Amino acid sequence: MKSKAWTVSSSITTDLWYNCLTSGGGYHCKVASNEDWIQAVQALMVLSVLFCLLSLVFFLCQLFTLVKGGRFFFTAIFQILASLFVMCGAIIYTVMSPDRAVGVEFGYAYILAWVAFPLCLVSGLIYIILRKRE
Amino acid sequence: MLTILALASIVLLGIVPQQSEAIVIYTGWERHALVGSDIRLSCSFFSWRWTSEDVTFSWSYRPDGARDSISIFHYTGGAPYVDNKGPFRDRLEFVGNPARRDGSILLKNLDYGDNGTFTCDAKNPPDIVGRASSVRLLVFEKVPIQAGVITGAIIGAVLGLLVLIVVIYYLMRFLVARRVFNLSVRFSERISQAFTSPDCSRFH
Repeated sequence: MKSKAWTVSSSITTDLWYNCLTSGGGYHCKVASNEDWIQAVQALMVLSVLFCLLSLVFFLCQLFTLVKGGRFFFTAIFQILASLFVMCGAIIYTVMSPDRAVGVEFGYAYILAWVAFPLCLVSGLIYIILRKRE
Repeated sequence: MLTILALASIVLLGIVPQQSEAIVIYTGWERHALVGSDIRLSCSFFSWRWTSEDVTFSWSYRPDGARDSISIFHYTGGAPYVDNKGPFRDRLEFVGNPARRDGSILLKNLDYGDNGTFTCDAKNPPDIVGRASSVRLLVFEKVPIQAGVITGAIIGAVLGLLVLIVVIYYLMRFLVARRVFNLSVRFSERISQAFTSPDCSRFH
């Protein structure tokens, strides 16, 4: 359960959608707060996944329809947009998440978001340089 | 066949007058408000009878967690009587129009202690059988946005923008292609005109 968390402390793990508390009896979860910023982060993460998927679809599409020597601009645009969305989401979460108290750290999912952003960006840039084989 | 029709009409005639004697009262279900603001609690009713002069409206209030409700407003004999001793003294105002079957009240300067259930009961003699209707008041510091509304709005807006851009792109391409097509048609027409006109005979 620790792997999908964005913040972890000794007893509470929160991800984008639920806050879960491990007490002696078990695992109590409640829906994450209704605050505006967490809804924005949710939306940006979902959009980035959607755009990555769309870029994959367009890549396969362009692979068969592009002229020889042409560049995959459409795919690149979607991939770069996806990376921008991940970046915005990660930044908003970093800035707005509640105080960093003692014993509260960022979880694996948060680190993964920050790792995904440059990888996505690089992949998008490579699509711009890429040319269809003659 | 005729007997069935006769029986059915008797049954319906038996049911309908009973229903037409009941008064139906409408208020909201739940109302949200900010601390310090004013709120208008609406109450209206439906009755088969004309609105009589003896129509009465009465509002009562039950705080959250309490068991008893207290009466805070009463309209009867053409005059409204507003709470002057209870929790809403000087904060309650009658803004309804009994002739139009509207018995709404205005609560001013709300506070957290005003959380509770407000019940409106209206009577339109001789139509007095009916069920009172309740509206729940929730007072917030800041009205919360429901979970997922902003999420859905952002996702919808971005995808909608994407669809719009794609549509505009293809529209532009279509218009440009059509314009090029028209120009090329006109060009070829002029060429063929030039070849068939009498002046051309000079060149042959």
